[in-house]
Amino acid sequence: MPRVLGLIAYHVFKESVRDKVLYNLVLFALLMISASYLVGQLTAGQDIKIIKDLGLAAIAVFGLFISVFTGVGLVWKEVDRRSVYNVLVKPVGRQPFILGKFVGLALTLFVNLAAMTMAVYLVLVVMAWVDPGLAKTAVMEAPVVDPRLLSAVWLIYVQLLVVTALALFFSTFSSPMLSAALTFGLYVVGHFNADLAHFENVVESKTAAVVARALYYVLPNLAPFDVKTAVVHGETVAAGYVLLTTGYGLLYAAAVVALAMLVFSRRDFK
Amino acid sequence: MSAEVVRLAGRPDRRQIVVNLVVSALLVAAALGLQVVREARFRLESPDATVMYLRSGEAANRLALSFRAVAADLYWIRAIQHYGRTKTSTDPARQYSALYPLLDLATSLDPRLTIAYRFGAMFLAEPFPAGAGRVDLAIALLKKGLAAEPARWQYAQDAGFVYYWWLQDYHQASQWFERAGSIAGAPWWLKAMAATTLAQGGDRQSSRVMWRQLYETADDQWVKSNSRLKLAQLDALDEIDRLAAQVARYQQATGRFPSDWDALRAARLIDAVPDDPSGTPYVLDPSQPGGVRIAVSSKLHPLPPQFLRKAGPPSK
Repeated sequence: MPRVLGLIAYHVFKESVRDKVLYNLVLFALLMISASYLVGQLTAGQDIKIIKDLGLAAIAVFGLFISVFTGVGLVWKEVDRRSVYNVLVKPVGRQPFILGKFVGLALTLFVNLAAMTMAVYLVLVVMAWVDPGLAKTAVMEAPVVDPRLLSAVWLIYVQLLVVTALALFFSTFSSPMLSAALTFGLYVVGHFNADLAHFENVVESKTAAVVARALYYVLPNLAPFDVKTAVVHGETVAAGYVLLTTGYGLLYAAAVVALAMLVFSRRDFK
Repeated sequence: MSAEVVRLAGRPDRRQIVVNLVVSALLVAAALGLQVVREARFRLESPDATVMYLRSGEAANRLALSFRAVAADLYWIRAIQHYGRTKTSTDPARQYSALYPLLDLATSLDPRLTIAYRFGAMFLAEPFPAGAGRVDLAIALLKKGLAAEPARWQYAQDAGFVYYWWLQDYHQASQWFERAGSIAGAPWWLKAMAATTLAQGGDRQSSRVMWRQLYETADDQWVKSNSRLKLAQLDALDEIDRLAAQVARYQQATGRFPSDWDALRAARLIDAVPDDPSGTPYVLDPSQPGGVRIAVSSKLHPLPPQFLRKAGPPSK
């Protein structure tokens, strides 16, 4: 089983390389380099803070696009090309097939995020080296090369695992277009669902409030994964917070992957 | 047919690739040419840079999802651009109409965007045309900052500066300096400044101390250069008083106002044509109290009005 999982995951990674997913790194590098030049021209002070904000936001956006657009095609492509038959006739099993796909995309995301994070640090180091005055200003709030940024990147990664799981789940039974729309929809809802927890403040109906609270627990809660602003301002995110949020993300993603495995294992291929 | 032949079937040769590239380049050039012609005939409306699609900080917060910090940076950059563009514009109808809304949005999206509060308050408080001349909004912005971060003594200090420098309300200024000095981590001199402001508010020496402290503690180049400018203006005011005394001596000796600086030099009252700290010569002007003023072309112009001699003979 682990060998099969590893093989499927490796092939997902290889396929993402073949699909030129890693090209986004070039785009990311260009964005960071041009931003580091433009920021100095457009603003007065705060260059380092803006580069950190932009770098973390770009990591989140690029990661989101990889998660959604690769995730929704993972299963659909195999079914559409009918290559899934060739895989499933082998001693692979439907459930390890889905799990392998998820692990493969998680690996692709990890490699991408690691490369983008290194690029952000590199740009920061170069900016501080070219203009030591920037470093002096930045130190007031947070050092230029601040390891605390890693906690924000880590939580972005865990959040993307949840998004990947959702994309994979939808791709087991619907078209890529619909899956992408549903995944993006849940991503947006996931940032608003704190409102559902206090819905009783908005409506009179107790039933509606109970339904809203139930939805609050069922829908992914993505807002707590965002600690970008805090780390950029030099705030240390408590290890307990990171651990609990990571735990929530991994468990939620695992639950959605389990559902995807269930749906896929019951699917009738004609 | 071999597999290699099948693989390469229908692929263009090098000549075909070059032809395709050249044709594409020509078509793009033609499209651009048409665009230039159209824009020459039908003038392109430039977009109104002050248009704001969003005004509510709360709505902006929701719409930005998890990208609030970047959205705050964008609004901060827009605020800087709006300020710079309006300040350098020659349009007599120019206004800083979008400055406060932009700063308000930036600080709603990132309530810890220190620079937006501190610079923003300066931009808002400076009298028109150098700034918006809205001291009330400058204070409101700093109060918003203090509500978001009560430990940030710099906001209370800046509010004190605004009351001191732009409103000459030394009682309020003293209260703000006192409040700033009471916040943990604030420098010791703020409390001393509160007492000095209350006792001697408005004199040049206490103003000089205030700007020097700001210059020495500022962590930003813009704040530093602004403080340097204010210190240079205070130096220029002192120098004008000294020169006015020499003009008065000349008038007492000759019974007339000196025609130029050479007249004072010939009378051995000055050594050379005096320059202000920015390197621009002072101007002899009999219509001014004291007879000496700063050149309009000087970087230090205009001098803070509260310190200018109102009327009467020059001091000795």
